[in-house]
Parts: sequence; structure tokens; C-alpha cells
Amino acid sequence: MTDNLVIDVRGMTKSFGDRTVVNAIGLQVRRGEVYGFLGPNGSGKTTFIRMLCGLLAADAGEGSCLGFDVIRESDLIKRQVGYMTQRFSFYEDLSIAENLDFVARMYGVSNRRDLVKESIERLGLSGRQKQLAGELSGGWKQRLALAACLIHNPQLLLLDEPTAGVDPKARRDFWEQIHELAGQGLTFLITTHYMDEAERCDRLAYLSYGNLLTHGTVSEVIAHGRLTTWSVTGPELNELARRLRGIEGVQQAVAFGSRLHVSGTDAAALEKAITPLRLEPYKWQQIGSGLEDVFIHLMGNSKDNF
Amino acid sequence: MKKRPSLSIARFWAIIIKEFIQMRRDRLTFGMIVGIPVVQLMLFGYAINGDPKHLPTAVLMADSGQYSRTLLSALKNSDYFRFVRQIQTEAEGEAALARGEVQFVINIPENFSRNLLRGEKPTVLVEADATDPSATGNAIASLRTLIAAALVNDLKGPLTYLAGSDGPVALRVHARYNPEGVSQYNIVPGLMGVVLTMTMVMITGLAITRERERGTMENLLSMPTRPLEVLLGKIIPYIFVGYIQAGLILVAARFLFHVPMAGSILLLLLTTSVFIAANLAMGITFSTLAKNQLQAVQMTFFFFLPSLLLSGFMFPFRGMPEWAQIIGEVLPLTHFLRIVRGIMLKGNGAGEVLLQLWQITLFALIVLAIGVKRYRKTLD
Repeated sequence: MTDNLVIDVRGMTKSFGDRTVVNAIGLQVRRGEVYGFLGPNGSGKTTFIRMLCGLLAADAGEGSCLGFDVIRESDLIKRQVGYMTQRFSFYEDLSIAENLDFVARMYGVSNRRDLVKESIERLGLSGRQKQLAGELSGGWKQRLALAACLIHNPQLLLLDEPTAGVDPKARRDFWEQIHELAGQGLTFLITTHYMDEAERCDRLAYLSYGNLLTHGTVSEVIAHGRLTTWSVTGPELNELARRLRGIEGVQQAVAFGSRLHVSGTDAAALEKAITPLRLEPYKWQQIGSGLEDVFIHLMGNSKDNF
Repeated sequence: MKKRPSLSIARFWAIIIKEFIQMRRDRLTFGMIVGIPVVQLMLFGYAINGDPKHLPTAVLMADSGQYSRTLLSALKNSDYFRFVRQIQTEAEGEAALARGEVQFVINIPENFSRNLLRGEKPTVLVEADATDPSATGNAIASLRTLIAAALVNDLKGPLTYLAGSDGPVALRVHARYNPEGVSQYNIVPGLMGVVLTMTMVMITGLAITRERERGTMENLLSMPTRPLEVLLGKIIPYIFVGYIQAGLILVAARFLFHVPMAGSILLLLLTTSVFIAANLAMGITFSTLAKNQLQAVQMTFFFFLPSLLLSGFMFPFRGMPEWAQIIGEVLPLTHFLRIVRGIMLKGNGAGEVLLQLWQITLFALIVLAIGVKRYRKTLD
């Protein structure tokens, strides 16, 4: 069973000065899995990923990544990992083909020319391969970056907010490609802020200020949150939310478009708390808690260390 | 028509405050802003001397008489000449001049004392390394007076007549390597080294900081690569750029300034590659130390300034105090200037060149080693 774990680390810790950015995080990711990494900005997602691929030296921690020691063998890990950075980090003054060729040479792949050509064709950029990477739009840059990360045929892809600033259509295409590749046995660790993307992951982990708060499949994470949620529609929801937040038993009242989600961990206390407010013209309905309700709840309970 | 917004003191003040805060945050830049004038003051104020004294001098004494000994001790006590050794043959003097060990070889001929007494006005031959005319001018001008003054004590009483109106001895000065004292002959070959120092250090100085500022460093580090591969990979292409510059200057030296090419151009070009590599290594090491491109440019300037002033390019090397000469000896430009001037003006060969070249090589290796050590394989 353990050989099936692509990432198996424990106690990974990293501090900058006296600020602990990643606090003793352990993570197990199976082969062929799409693992979602969620959490607010500054929660340590990027730092954790950088430690996995040897870009940052961990202060403490142990375990393996792709069967190599995560602390000592980062050079070997790098060969089989594709890391897509949050900000586009290929050369804007090189063309698409030149960027891919550079990466292919860096990893010393055999049949480099064919791979680069294939990669460009798969991207659908055959006619534009001489275009400079800097001239591409956000969506195309993201596709190029993914293609470049794949060129050396890695076993594990670490994608740091790959869809930030990308339009919905491109995002959907991107996720289709991810699942297709995962079907071929590639493993993904992806950070994201989007709930729809989180729901497309096989399993999730939620980080907040360096601590791993919860992990598991989507339904496990929701069940683990033990949250009861009511949805309300009606006029002046802001005013209603303000009143609800002051009542015992209501832990959060969050606007979701034209609806308000009112949640609490104690179902009975919550029901009691909202009873006086269940008046016309408001329409109340108990619903199953969503991922977002759970995450907002988790975030509210953890303390900011900045 | 819309009214243009008027100038606002508040906005103006906001910009001023922001600039001050940013200036305070970038300590190194601020340090350089203070450091550069201090270094400039020290160098211009203390190190530079347009009237070099204590120039190393070898003496070839073919005569052992009283007057030649007087002359020798006068030389030893003079301001402009520093007696370093006595040599036996003219070839030895020639070699010492070519290597730049001595600035002058003073040749006191056979039977000097006897001929002097006979009133035959024996000739003292002075061979001067005149590649840099400004280094030798004053010393040569003082020589005639020095000789006359030295012998005046010996030539007393009945011998007074020998001191005569035009002195007791004849003086013949050979301004070697640059007989007409053309300063371009000295400056133009030197410029090759100066231009290369300036541009080569700057080019690679920006190499790593640029990757860091554009965010491409994170990507580069995530790939399986070794520091030496990155650093050398960034150095090699610019050697060609350096050769283009060197070529331009050599063509100009030949056709615009008519600087002679006494030695082998091939040897010069070979040596140049080592010098270019040394400067590129310096730049790349600055690049591993600097946090941003501005700091890298400032470090370049910090290196360029002493190179320009202490290498013997602008001012005679031997005119500087000892501490400045020690700093100068470390700089690659100092040795490269000796090589270029040596090859072009003196016709030096591989033997003389190697004496300087190993020091440039050592500099390059040490600096590159620091760069490799300082190159961060992680983003920490």
C-alpha cells in the first residue's frame, strides 16, 4: 500500500524568522490522485509545495516523495516533478518553442525535438510557436506553463494556483486535461481558491496559517465539519445577517448571491436561535452544508498569525 | 472644457514620504550611495599621484671607480629613483624592463671614472620604460641635475673645471617602447581593458538578479541543475561579446591611433579571453550577492572605480602609495594593462605574459568559487 503513496511526509515545518509558516504538516497522496490544497492566502500552501520539490529547505520533517527522501534527495525528486509556479515563470523574451526546448534540455530528455514538436501540437499552437511567451494572454501562458511542466514526463505535478486569472472556459478545459492525465497515472497536488475546482479533486486538505485543519474527500471534509446550515431568501438580507451574527447558536451568516447561509455546529441551538426570525417574507430552508460553508467555518476558527 | 486638476501639496508630499520609506528599506543601495563618494575621496585624495617617485631602477655598472660609486649612492638617495639591484649584462636589463620589474636601467660605462677625470665626458645611458610617458617624464628631467649635484662634491679644487657649464658627464636617454612619448599608445591599449571591465562585470552582474526579479529563478531552481552549470552557462556567451569589444578597440588602435603592435596579436587575443572570463566571473558573483538589479549595478560601479583609478590606467601605478598598489595588484585590470601594453608596445612574448596572467586566472577562480558558494539553490 505504501508504494502507492507518491507523497508521504510527516511533520514538515518551515519558519521565516519567528513566524511559523508551515507547522508540522503531514500529507499522503496516492498515485493517480488529484489532491486539492486549499486555504486562505498566506496559509503556507506555496511554502509546503516548495519544500516538497526542494526549493526551500525544511526546518523539520521527514518522509518520501516519489520514493526519495524528501529532505536529502531533492535533486532526484526534481527530475520527476513538474512544478508550475503561481506567477508565470518561463522566459517572456523567448518564444513558445524556445521555452519548451530550454526546459527539455534542462531535463536532458531524449528525442527532444519530437517531444517539443508534439507538445506544441498538443497545445494547438503550431502556427504560433515563434511567438514570444510574453505576448501570450493569461490563459495561453497557463497552457504553455503546463505543457512545459509535462515535457520531461514527470510522475508528480505540483500546480500552484494554476487557474488564477484564467477565464472560465479555459479553466474548464484545464481541469479536463488534469483528469485525463490523472487517468494515465499522473499525480497532482493543486492549490486553488475556487470551490468548484475543490469539488473536482479526489481528496482535499485545508490549511490555515500553517496548520492542516482537515483533509479527506469532499464528503468527508463536509461531514467532518459537523455543520448544520439553513438557507434564507428575502429582502434586506444584510440587515438580517447582522442581526443573526449576534445570536447565540449562530456561528456564521454568509451571503451566497441572493441567499444567506446560516450555519452552526449545534443543530438544536441553531434551530432555536433562528426560530424568532422565521417570519414572512423570509423563506427558510435547511440544506446540506457545502464545502464553502465548512471552509468559512474553519477559517473563522483559526487565528491569524500575521 | 474641463478644469485641469491643480497641483496638490498633499499628493506631492505623499510621493516624498513614499520615496524616503523605500530608500530606507533598501539598505545596501543607501550604503553604496554613501560608500561610493567615500571611496572616490580616498582614491583621488590619497592614492593618486601624477608625479610618481621612487621608481624602481636597475644599474649596470661596468666601472668600479670612485665616481661611479658616488653616482650610485646619489641614485640610492634620490627621490625619483629607487635602486633595486645591480645587474651584470645588458640582456638582463632588457628583460627586467620587458617584465616591467624596473622603470629604468642606468648604464654606467666602462672606464667611467677614468674618462671623467680625463675630461672626456663619459656618457651615462638611461633606458626608460616609456610606455606611460607621464610616469617617466619628471624622473628623467631630474636626472641631469642629480648627476651634476652628486659629482660636485667630488670635483673640487683642481677638478672644478670638469663640472663645466654643461656638466661633467653626457646623458643619453632611451625612451623605450614609446620613443615619441605618444600618450595614445599608452591609453588606447589600456582602454581595451577598461571597457571590458566596465561592460563585462555589468552584463553578468544583472544575470541572476534579472532571473530573480522576473520570477524565472523559481522555475530555474525547480529544475535539476547545478550552480556551476548555471554560472558558467551565463558566463560563456558573453565572452563572445567581450571579443567584439576587444576587436573594435584593436581595429581603432591600429587604424585610427596607429598604435604599434610589436608582439603577437594571437597571444593578445588568447590572453583577453582569460581577462574577459575573470570580469564575467566577478559580475556573476555580484549577481549572487545583490538582491536586485540596482544593487548589482552599484556593485559593478564599486568594482569599476578602483579598477579605473588603481590599475595604472589613469595614473602611473608606481605613483601610488603602497596600500593602493596592494589593492591594485589584486585587480585583474592592473595585470591586463601590463599584458596589453607589454604585447603591443614592448613586443612581449608568452613568458612575460604568463607572469601576469596567472594572477588574473587566480582572481577568476576565487571569485567564481565565491559565486558558486553564494548561489542559492533554494529560495530561502
